[in-house]
Parts: sequence; C-alpha cells; structure tokens
Amino acid sequence: MTTIDSVATPAMTTGRLLNAYVQEAKSECLRYLRNPGFLLPTLLFPSVFYLMFGIVLGHANSADAPRYLLASYGTFGVMAPGLFGFGVSLALERDTGLLTLKRALPMPPGAYLLGKMCMALLVAAIVSVILMCLAVFVAGVSLPPSRIVAFFAVEVLGVLPFSALGLLVGTLVKGQAAPGVVNLIYLPMAFLSGLWFPLSIMPSFLQSIGPVWPSYHLDQLALSAVGLGQGNELVHVAVLLGFTVAFVLIAARRLRRHG
Amino acid sequence: MLNDTRIARLEHVSKRYGNVTALDGIDLDIHRGELLALLGPNGAGKSTSISLLLGLLRADAGSVTLFGKDPQDIDARRRIGVMLQSANLPATLKVREHLKLTASYYPEPRPVEECAALAGITDLLGRRYGNLSGGQQRRVQFAMAMAGRPDILFLDEPTVGMDLSARQSLWSAIRQLVAGGCAVVLTTHYLEEAEALADRVCVIAKGRVVSEGSVDALRAHVALRRIRCVTSVDVETVAAWPEVATVERQQDRLLIATAQAEAVVRRLLQADVALSELEVQRAGLAEAFTEITRETEAVKEAA
Repeated sequence: MTTIDSVATPAMTTGRLLNAYVQEAKSECLRYLRNPGFLLPTLLFPSVFYLMFGIVLGHANSADAPRYLLASYGTFGVMAPGLFGFGVSLALERDTGLLTLKRALPMPPGAYLLGKMCMALLVAAIVSVILMCLAVFVAGVSLPPSRIVAFFAVEVLGVLPFSALGLLVGTLVKGQAAPGVVNLIYLPMAFLSGLWFPLSIMPSFLQSIGPVWPSYHLDQLALSAVGLGQGNELVHVAVLLGFTVAFVLIAARRLRRHG
Repeated sequence: MLNDTRIARLEHVSKRYGNVTALDGIDLDIHRGELLALLGPNGAGKSTSISLLLGLLRADAGSVTLFGKDPQDIDARRRIGVMLQSANLPATLKVREHLKLTASYYPEPRPVEECAALAGITDLLGRRYGNLSGGQQRRVQFAMAMAGRPDILFLDEPTVGMDLSARQSLWSAIRQLVAGGCAVVLTTHYLEEAEALADRVCVIAKGRVVSEGSVDALRAHVALRRIRCVTSVDVETVAAWPEVATVERQQDRLLIATAQAEAVVRRLLQADVALSELEVQRAGLAEAFTEITRETEAVKEAA
C-alpha cells in the first residue's frame, strides 16, 4: 500500500509484551521497596501495634487474644499497601505528569495498574509474614500449617478490595490532598470494623454498622483462617468481591473520562 | 500515494476546553525525517496539538492520524518517542531501570548503553533519578524518548533548565537522530533552538498555523532590517523619509526599521557627517515571530 505501511515497525511479540508487564511490575515494586516514607509506616504500624496490644498487653486478656489480634492487625496491615500504594500514588502521579507520560508511551494496556497491584500484593505478603512470625515466635501462638496458609492467602488477596478502593480515591482526589483523604478513610474504617478494639465492647450502634465496611468482612475471614471465625465465609468473600468490582468499575469510568 | 511522506497529520482539527477554543481548524503535516519546530505564544495551541498527536486528547472535529492510524492505537505509538514538558519520574529508580522499563514497551528497542551514550548520560546509569540535577534529569528523559528507535520524536521544551553546554550537546544528539532518519517535532520557547535545529518552522497562534516554512523563509517574511546609530538628525526628519517604517530614539541612539536599509543609510550619512556607531541588522526569528503574531491579531481585529 502506501510507504507509510510498508515501513511499519515489527509487531510486538508475545514475549516482548509479557516482558513489558514484568518490567512494569518490577519497577513498581523496586520503587516502593526503596521508599522508606511508604514502606516504614506500612510495615511498622501493624507490627508495633500487634507487639504492644497483642503480645505485651494481650496476655492480660484471654489466651486467645494474640490469635484474635493477629487477624485484626493483619487486616489493618494489608489495608495500607492497597489504600496508599494505589490511592496516594495514583493521585500524585495524575498530578505530576507521570501518568500522562505513560499514556503517551506505548505502555501495554493495564500494565500500570497491574504493576501497582503486584506491588500491593508483595507488600501485603511481607506484612503478613512479619505478623505471623511475631505471633508464632514471640507470642507463642500455635497454628497448624493449614491455618497459616489460609491466613496468608486471606491477607494477601485481601489487599485487592483496598487496592480497588485506593484506585477509586486516586481517581477522585488529585495531588497532595490524597494522603489526608486516604487517612480519613483508613483510620476510621479500621476502628469501626473492630480492628483496634473488638466490636463486642463498642456501642451497639457501631456494632450494627460494622458490616458496612469492607475491612469488617476481611477481618471476619482472617478470624476464620486462624480458627476464631463465626462462619458465613462465602458471604464475606462475596461482599468483598462485590466491593472490589464496584470500586474498579466506577474508577475505570472516571479514568476513561478524565485521564 | 507512494510518495506520501506524511507520518503525522492534523486535518481541520478543532478542540475546545469549555468556552476556550484551543485549536480552531488547524492543519499540520509532519513529514518523515524532518525536524519541525512549533513556535507560538503560550496558549496558542502547541501543547494541545502535541497532546492530540500523542492520543492524550480526542479532537472535537477533524482528523488526527499518526502513521495513518488513530494515535490512540498502541501500534501507532510504538513508533514514537516522547519527552514531555513536566513529568516527575519515580525518584527511587535508577537511570538504567528507567531506560530498561521504557525500552520494554517497544518491539525492537535501542540498547540501554546506546541510548545513554547518545544522550551523554553513561556516567549516570547507576544513579537514582531523584539525586540528579534538573538538567541531568532532562537528559535522562531524552534518552528514554529515543529508547524505542522511534520514527518520530516529540520533544516538548526539551532544553528547559539546561545550561548552554548541555543544551548544545542535546542539540547535537537531536541532529544525529534526524540524520538517522527520525522525524522530530519540537516545541520551544528558545528561538535560537529553532534556528539551530529546524528544517521547518510552524508558528501557531490562536489555534491556527499562521506561518509555515523554513527558518529563512520565516525571516524573509519580515523584510525589515534594523538600523541603529548615534546621530544628531532628529526623529521627525527621519520619520518623514518614505522608506522608513518606524523610528524611535533611545537615549542618544536612533532606532530605525526599514525595508530598504541601503537607501536610509545613504540619507543618514548625507544628513549627518558626524554619524557614528552605525549598525544594520537583519530581523531575527524573534522579530519575525513577533511580527507574524501581531499581524494575525491585526487581521483578527480588522475582521
């Protein structure tokens, strides 16, 4: 046909395409693991809280306290990489031109978000391992391997609904306002879902609205994983899936329209 | 069609942001291997034109094509390189990692070392991006722009924040790429940058191309030359001469603009034998540019 097409560049092979996704995920992970401003609070808050309330003070309560709080602080811990890793970084990158550059470059579709997702999964895995080690080696919690695996799976996959929520916040808020907004969601939600203090000691109104929050459902699943659950796991999984899909759909619509 | 060398086109393109018309039926062609400089005042529509060609925006009317395709088609964009005006890249990644990531988006990228050598950043490959100076960061962004062996390179204000020697080494790298057959679209505020590099210059004002041609043609567009001298001849006398376009006095100097410099100089020397410090200058791109923009405004006002 025309000279324009006759000199067309060679097509992207499947291998190169896959490599692009891998490089994007690798860069995203490296970039956050080297950023102490993100990594330290994300890893230290849940571990220090767990050490203080779950282990040092926990023995004053019941024998189950370290196990119960492993689930709560585990849930608290994996919310952060999702909310901050997605929400705050997306809000900042929309503001500083990085996202614009990526959209202009031939980055394969979705690589940017998949990369962030891998990063969130990785950090959630690190948080879960740290808490599990504290529980087993410091608090002396004994769990059969099947429960350890279940806890790990719940917490690592549990980062996804919060990544979706972070994604949504990141599309709604721009720039420096994002950390504040994310904290305004993160901390009250953790409190109201009974991650710091059990819901059973809270006013009955707060108890009744617990199921509104996605973190409540993840906590219930984590409790089931460590053997303190109240059943209904499928309901909690379904609710979390529902939250994730809804957040992603709204965010995708906004991203498409506003970029 | 076999001789069609146009690789990127805007045809009758309009783009509005709310009530503001950014582009008003603009036509712009970019040919294979040429270096085109886009000039124009802020808000003229340069950035909007680039954003459309990169697929970042959609036109309200008209057609935008890149290698005959929609710029939002990733296959078209696999042949481009981009350096945007403001992009904060992740500070904790090393320069080599940035180059590797960008190269991974392309089917047959240029090796990292080659990009680094071309951009003069070989010694920076192991450094973290956040620890570099502004000028070094711009050079890294330039290296990233050519990582994919692009057929067309979009450079938006590439040398902002660079010192003179860095700017000149970037210019020579750009010339090297153009010699290798890569087309370059350059927007710049530095007119000497366009003069140093461009095969063709497009002046955009109020969302349209108001002048297009070689740098020489653009300069010739403004036939005026500037005469400066120290003289006792007064402004009124000079202003009455038919060849003189404008005249003004700055302290002890007369500044005369004229299309017929030789005739005016002859008259001046006759009128004042003691005349000194005579200078005659061809209008630079800066004057040409100001002139063209002013003409456009005048036409608009008259209409």
